[in-house]
Order: sequence, then structure tokens, then C-alpha cells
Amino acid sequence: MLRLQNLNTYYGEIHVLKNISLHIQEGEMVTLIGANGAGKSTMLNSISGIVGAKSGAILYNGTDISNMSPDRIVQQGISQVPEGRQLFAPLSVEDNLRLGAYTRYGKENKKEIQKDLETVYALFPRLKERERQYAGTLSGGEQQMLAMGRALMCRPKLLILDEPSMGLAPLIISEIFKTIARLRDTQKTTLFVVEQNARVALKYADRGYVMETGKIMLEGNSRDLLENKEVQRAYLGKQKKPIWE
Amino acid sequence: MTLSSQIVQFLFTGITIGSIYAMVGLGFNIIYNSTGIINFAQGEFVMLGGMVMVWLTTMVNLPMPLAFILTVAIVTVIGALFERLAIYPLKKPSVLILIIITLAGSIIFKGSAMLIWGKETHTLPHISGEEPIEFMGATILPQTLWIIAVLAVIVTLLAVFFNFTMVGKAMRACSVNPTAASLVGINVRRIVLLSFALSAGIGAVAGIVFTPMVLMEYDRGAMLALKGFCAAVLGGLGNGVGAVVAGLLIGILESFGAGFISSGYKDGIALLILLIVLIIKPSGLFGVSEASKLKEF
Ligand SMILES: Nc1ncnc2c1ncn2[C@@H]1O[C@H](COP(=O)(O)OP(=O)(O)OP(=O)(O)O)[C@@H](O)[C@H]1O
Ligand SMILES: [Mg+2]
Repeated sequence: MLRLQNLNTYYGEIHVLKNISLHIQEGEMVTLIGANGAGKSTMLNSISGIVGAKSGAILYNGTDISNMSPDRIVQQGISQVPEGRQLFAPLSVEDNLRLGAYTRYGKENKKEIQKDLETVYALFPRLKERERQYAGTLSGGEQQMLAMGRALMCRPKLLILDEPSMGLAPLIISEIFKTIARLRDTQKTTLFVVEQNARVALKYADRGYVMETGKIMLEGNSRDLLENKEVQRAYLGKQKKPIWE
Repeated sequence: MTLSSQIVQFLFTGITIGSIYAMVGLGFNIIYNSTGIINFAQGEFVMLGGMVMVWLTTMVNLPMPLAFILTVAIVTVIGALFERLAIYPLKKPSVLILIIITLAGSIIFKGSAMLIWGKETHTLPHISGEEPIEFMGATILPQTLWIIAVLAVIVTLLAVFFNFTMVGKAMRACSVNPTAASLVGINVRRIVLLSFALSAGIGAVAGIVFTPMVLMEYDRGAMLALKGFCAAVLGGLGNGVGAVVAGLLIGILESFGAGFISSGYKDGIALLILLIVLIIKPSGLFGVSEASKLKEF
């Protein structure tokens, strides 16, 4: 469904993504783990068209989307839940959700959008209770739910999430991840989840990639990665002694 | 004339001119919110509104309502073209460059107006005649009431637009978080285009209702832009209600200053208020100080 081929991205002179290649199949949940500053958000923003790629290709169902504008990419069915939620704080919860369906207004029946709004409220009942509240006044967990709900309002085929667990309590994290896994299982949404919390990400994902300073270091199915000694040491904090270095 | 009737008189004069400042201030804010820049060509849209209206009614001899619609349409298109030709082609422009471009734009608009309509002043007939209305000993021109009504209509329409339409909400979304706005599929460049068109349209309306009260000439834009800018800053940049209140306040203070002190100080008053506010409360009367720290300009 999505395939990155030898992707290189720069911020000015800084080379952030170095020859990245990866692929995501339809219906899969894939995770990308890596330390701070590895370039994970940069990769997602390249996919979403926020950051331009210098060379390489981003193939989405066979077409190169690397030069498309962010709004066209959303129209193709790729939606991002950005790092740090990035809500429209002075707008209401409902307005945030409706703006998620911005590309659909004028093209589709309003009833369809209303139906999806109800679906999101069913997924996150807490948002329904707070639909008139300003997004900026929500708690961290509720904000994450709203960010996810907003991204779902455009009916994405591929949903990419940037550190959904950031700053949340363990209970909320597993709640969020259960919801993410449910999207894959019931709605057949393809998912690409960036995480620092490798344990929970690998628990729910089918496959994973490990990224370090702009390069993909490892890839494999989740169970193998969880058992990988280097992953255990660097991301699960198990063995303190370095295995290879 | 008694003192109380004088006060009423100055008050109405102030509200009239203040309404115009408010409209210019609103135009500043709309563009500021979507781009973070101060469009110094804002006053030229008012001048163009007046000039095009004069041209359509006196030279082309169109009836008033038709000329009104056409004028607003023409100036709106000019605003949109200005964005597409001068702002849009820039990749990653700095705030300073954008400001210089809008200044250049204002010079070009002014020069073109001079070439087309000459250096002489122009005027328009009042909408409902010039028979003054007596009110508490003061005489008020019907045009004053028209100007206040037009401001009220603009404010109402903008409130409906920004709170109840999807495009209006998208514009607000762009102003709070452009990156997130593009991630939900809003074409941010198109919103910028729209904000220039909208500001130009509002400027044109201001020019049309204002011209009968004064004499419109090619170089009137700069002073209007300055006063509108004072209104926008005083109200807290980006704050629509603030701009309206501050615009009216500046107009009223100016009118009282001119009446009770000397008309020579009139233009200085707005700048003096601006300076005092910038020293005491840089975020403006209605601005939030935390937000102003994050602003680039
Ligand atoms: N807009 C920018 N301009 C310049 N450099 C940037 C920019 N954004 C990110 N970088 C740099 O690119 C590198 C990768 O950043 P990125 O945000 O992609 O990392 P990350 O893997 O998402 O980290 P984290 O886990 O902390 O979110 C960092 O060194 C960062 O300083
Ligand atoms: Mg990141």
C-alpha cells in the first residue's frame, strides 16, 4: 500500500532521513520505533507532504506522492495524528472533528459526515460529553482521543500516528492502543504507528522497524523484535550490559 | 451650541471616522491571522473602493447598487491578484520581506490610481441625501448612520462566517495552527488568498461609504492604513472585536481632541495612544500577553 524507496530528507544542510526504504501492506499495523531525534516525525511529515523529500520516492498504491501538497495527500486517504496532538485549541471539540472532514464538505452528503461524527463519538464517548468544550481545555488523554477522532473524520485508508502514548498514563496508553488495534481489525484501516514506547507498540503491531539517526537498523515481525537482544537493551530496558557495540 | 450638544456632535463625528478605522483594522486582522503579516496596502483598498465607485457612478453612469456590487467585486479581485502575484510566488518568505512587499504594493496601487484618476479629489453623493438630522442639539448626516450600519453588518457577517461556516472555521484553524490545518486537508495557500480577497472587499466597502463624507484622492490610503493599524494593534493584533472597539475609540478621541484642543493634533492622537499602549501593554487592550510573546511580529 505504501512504499518508501531510498528516501532522503534534509532540513537545510542537515541530512535527517538517510536512504530510508520501508513498506506497509494493506490491513497491516506497522510500528516504527526509535530514540529522540532519530527522524521518526520527519518521516511521517515527509509522507504527509509537510516536509519535502530531496530524493527517493513515496509510492502510495503505486503512485508517487512525494511532490503532492498536504491537502491532496489527505484526499488520497492518508491521515496523520501529529506528535503533540496539534489541536485547534480555541475551537470546540465538535469543530475540531468537523474540520477533520474538511476535504469531504461540498463533495459528500452532510449526513455521511454526521454519521462518521457519531461513529467517532461511539469510539470515544468522552468526546461526546465534551463536544461543546474548547479543545484546549481537554486533558491529555482526551486530547489524544480528539486528535485521533479528527484524523479519522476524513475516512483514511492509511492512518499514521506520531507517538500516541506521549505523556499519557499506562492505563490510557493501553486504551488508546486497543482502539488503534480495533480500527485495524474491524474497519480494515491500515496503520503506521511511531512510538518510543516499544513494549506497547510491539505488543499490538504486526511488524516493526527500528530507526536510529536517520537510518532503518532493523525490521521484522513484532515477536522477533521483542526477542531481539539489542531491542531489549535499547528500548525495553531489560539487559543493562551492551551486547554488541 | 451648548457643551452637551457639542459633545454629542463630536461623539458622532468620532464614531463615523472610527467606524472606518475599525473596518481597516478588521482587514489587517484577517490577513494577519492567516499569514502573520501586516498588510500595509490595506489602506489602498479603501482608496481604490472610493475611486472605483466614483468612476463607475460618474464616468460609466451605473446606478448606485450595481456600481456598489461591481466596485466591491473589482477591488476583491485586485486583492486576490495582489496575493497571487506578490505573495504566493515566494517560498518561505521572512516577515520582513513580506512587509516590504506590502509596502511596495501600496506604492504601486497609489501610483496607478494617480495615473488613472489624476491628482484631483473626487467625491460621491450621499446615499440618503445631505439633509441633517437633529439629535440632542447636534446635527447628524444620514451618511453617518449608513456608515455605522455598514460596520454593524460587516461585523455580523464576519461573526457568522467565522463561527458557522466550514470555510470560516478553516480560516481560524489556519491561524491557530497552519501545519495541523494542512494535515486535515485544508489548502493553506488558498486560505491566504481568501483572506486577501476578504480584506480587500471590506476595504472597498469602507471606501464606498466613506468617500461622500470626505474627498477621496489617490494618496489617502496611507493615513487610513496607519489609523487602521493603530486600531488593530490597540485591540490586540488578530482580535476582531478588539479592532472594532479600538477603532471607534481612536475615532472618538481624535474627534474630541480636534474639537476641544486643536484640529492640528488630530492625526497625532492615534499615534500617541498607540505609543502609550505599546509601552504599557504591548499585547493591546484586549490581547493576551502570553500569545503576543509567541508572535513573530
Ligand atoms: N523544522 C526543523 N528544522 C531543522 N531541523 C529539524 C526540524 N525538525 C526536526 N529537525 C531535526 O531533525 C532531526 C530529527 O527530528 P524528528 O523530529 O524527526 O525526530 P523524532 O525521531 O521524531 O524525535 P522524537 O522522538 O523526539 O519526536 C532532529 O535532529 C531535529 O533536530
Ligand atoms: Mg517525533
